[in-house]
Amino acid sequence: MTERPVLAVIGAGPAGLAAALAAAARRVHVVLVDSAAEPGGQFYRQPARRLGARRPQALHHQWRTWERLSEGLVAHLAAGRVTHLSDHHVWCVERESDGRKTTGFTVHALLGPEQERSVAVRADGVLLATGAYEKVLPFPGGTLPGVVTAGGAQAMLKGGLALPGRTAVVAGTGPLLLPVATGLAAAGARVTALVESADPRDVARRARGLAAQPAKLTEAAGYAVRLARHRIPVMARHTVLEAHGRDRLESVAVAALDTEGRAVPGTERRLTCDTLAVGHGLLPHTDLAEGLGCRLDGPAVQVDEEQRTDVPGVWAAGETTGIGGAGLSLAEGHIAGRSAAAHLYGTAPDPGEWAAAARSRTRLRAFFAELDGAYAAPVRWTERLTDATVVCRCEEVTAGAVREAVGALGAGDLRTVKLLTRAGMGWCQGRMCEPGVAGIADCELTPGRRLLARPVPLGVLAAPPEPRRRPGEPTSPR
Amino acid sequence: MVVGAGMVGAACALYAARAGLDVVVVDRGPVAGGTTGAGEGNLLVSDKEPGPELELALLSGQLWSELAQELGEAIEYEPKGGLVVAATPEALTALTELAAGQRTAGVETIGVAAGQLHEVEPHLAPGLAGGVLYPQDAQVMPTLAAAHLLRASGARRETGRTVTGVLRGADGAVRGVRTDRGDFLAPAVVNAAGTWGGEVAALAGVTLPVLPRRGFVLVTEPLPRRVRHKVYAADYVADVASDSAALQTSPVVEGTAAGPVLIGASRERVGFDRSFSLPVVRELAAGATRLFPFLAGVRAMRTYLGFRPYMPDHLPAVGPDPRVPGLFHACGHEGAGIGLATGTGHLIAQTLAGRTTDLDLTPFRPDRFPEEAAP
Repeated sequence: MTERPVLAVIGAGPAGLAAALAAAARRVHVVLVDSAAEPGGQFYRQPARRLGARRPQALHHQWRTWERLSEGLVAHLAAGRVTHLSDHHVWCVERESDGRKTTGFTVHALLGPEQERSVAVRADGVLLATGAYEKVLPFPGGTLPGVVTAGGAQAMLKGGLALPGRTAVVAGTGPLLLPVATGLAAAGARVTALVESADPRDVARRARGLAAQPAKLTEAAGYAVRLARHRIPVMARHTVLEAHGRDRLESVAVAALDTEGRAVPGTERRLTCDTLAVGHGLLPHTDLAEGLGCRLDGPAVQVDEEQRTDVPGVWAAGETTGIGGAGLSLAEGHIAGRSAAAHLYGTAPDPGEWAAAARSRTRLRAFFAELDGAYAAPVRWTERLTDATVVCRCEEVTAGAVREAVGALGAGDLRTVKLLTRAGMGWCQGRMCEPGVAGIADCELTPGRRLLARPVPLGVLAAPPEPRRRPGEPTSPR
Repeated sequence: MVVGAGMVGAACALYAARAGLDVVVVDRGPVAGGTTGAGEGNLLVSDKEPGPELELALLSGQLWSELAQELGEAIEYEPKGGLVVAATPEALTALTELAAGQRTAGVETIGVAAGQLHEVEPHLAPGLAGGVLYPQDAQVMPTLAAAHLLRASGARRETGRTVTGVLRGADGAVRGVRTDRGDFLAPAVVNAAGTWGGEVAALAGVTLPVLPRRGFVLVTEPLPRRVRHKVYAADYVADVASDSAALQTSPVVEGTAAGPVLIGASRERVGFDRSFSLPVVRELAAGATRLFPFLAGVRAMRTYLGFRPYMPDHLPAVGPDPRVPGLFHACGHEGAGIGLATGTGHLIAQTLAGRTTDLDLTPFRPDRFPEEAAP
């Protein structure tokens, strides 16, 4: 037998795992590169083993799916069909060509947690399953200690089993708020309110697709039961106006929203809390795709029916191609893995083989498109920002500075605002502040091109890449 | 009517307005959306051989220091000086000869012996042959500079409008520009479209051979000030003056007021290719860590690329176009557009006002190229 082609799968969440299993089952050697210590991604984030969680499944739904993925991975690892590189932080995927066509790829990754040394992995194809990150919107008081993102609170729950605070308010918009609120309550926090800016009637009207999604319906009903059991009051069409506190969070001011998105006078209330988890949905991680020159469709990587990007040899699956949850990620990952396996052997895949996954993909994409419309960020939220509100935490840029850049200095897009104010130039490279800046500047949210997907020591960049060893095996770190 | 809201367009607007003209600036993008926003903001005399470009640089440097009186802080003007270092005795000899010629042309130069280099730049690598210090070299934050000069000009800002044609009267003279959102009438149109200046010239029916020359910049995490000057290797001057389309890199390292260290400079003619090139960025990092070994442990936060407006003889086009009455050019400054912007704007304003220019514009004539040299 000739040597198996190597597929590098970046990201070991639902999409990456499904892709890895599908490709490995079809005689492709898969190198699964992931930044976490354990596979699972954000959705199936695993508690550190040393914590000895007895019932980690209490924090997860679809635990059975996870068990299947996990068992599949273990079997492929044991058989040597999959190499799992954990704690590998990919900073660049390099496309190699002979001047005319692509001849392969090199994945460059820093070794965690210090991220001072880098390895290179050679592959014949690349599958990007890099997931999503949280969309953060600024508000007055939003930088007080005690204010966390909804995803951050959930990651703490799933990963560390630590209770972030005792009295919590969960606020923002979107379906992620439900598991965060019930999860915090189940872990012992008193959740005094779930503040959702969307109108439930609007959600119900738009998500008619719910009826066609029995699983989603059951899931929603399950959350309703849990919210009731933990006595979590839901304040629909409300928003957090401001977080208050001297040195850390002490209370939040909330108010009802009218149909225009304005706070209704006289409805303001103070809720005492020491933790505020805020979520406004997710944005696709597209840095590696952009470095490779893949075309984007809005904020997400553009893919065809087979989950191929427009760069030959590069596939993308899961939330990097659009936000749609774990179920959609699994379907896309499966299709991408099968397509990649066929093409890496130089054959055309038969889409009939993944018809079920394709149907589920169609259904879930339609469902999430409707959901997304209902859970849009509250209009006019930027009007509630004072000029002193911090928008970019890394560089301490205020809403006032952004307004000046747009009004007096002539910025019309995110890049110019960044250059004029330094918003987005710090450690997070704009991932945290771009949505906020775009909102204030009233311009399109076009994420900056982050050609280096993470900070890289110059010594690592300066060192010439080592001669290659066997395909799929990382070079020794340097 | 100034076409282009980059650094050169902003400087033309400022000096034209101060000469008493009504100015409108039009750009298809935002302020500083092209090469200005992708540069380092160098105001250099050190990298220029004696000749017309150096004269323009000296005039510009004088004007920048005057502008710094009113806008210095807002545009992060920093007269930090440049240090050019030579790795070998041969390179030092060539550098010393260049410096002697520059001194004759009016540039301040201070020779730095090998043993004194670390007094000037304490973190430099050991073993260098020597260097020359250029106190007149300075830096601004280019996007801030363009935006603040434009604001100070009081010119009408019409960004987000694409110029689709140059309007001309029956006598052939310019009457204004047509944009995708209406016509603007003006008896004089200044082409300050930088790397895209050739396209604007073509709209007026003339050729101007501006070509893109790609460059990458690496930006580090913010650091306490450890690199005091703009520091670069002597071979940079040769790279700047080269005509090759192939990749050239020479290390250029400088600290900034905001903290990050900026690392350049690569040059390659690959058209408007915006794709990332890891080999180029590796060369930049290698060059920088050779000059400053401590940088090996410092993280690069980001990298970006831009397209310098390259002209075949490395001189910009500045002044009236004899082929089209009313059309003026102020573009093609390659990698020196920020530094040369003030002098360019000043000279354009002088010609617009019908005054004698401070410098002879003959070397910068826009029609100096044979027609077949057009891209």
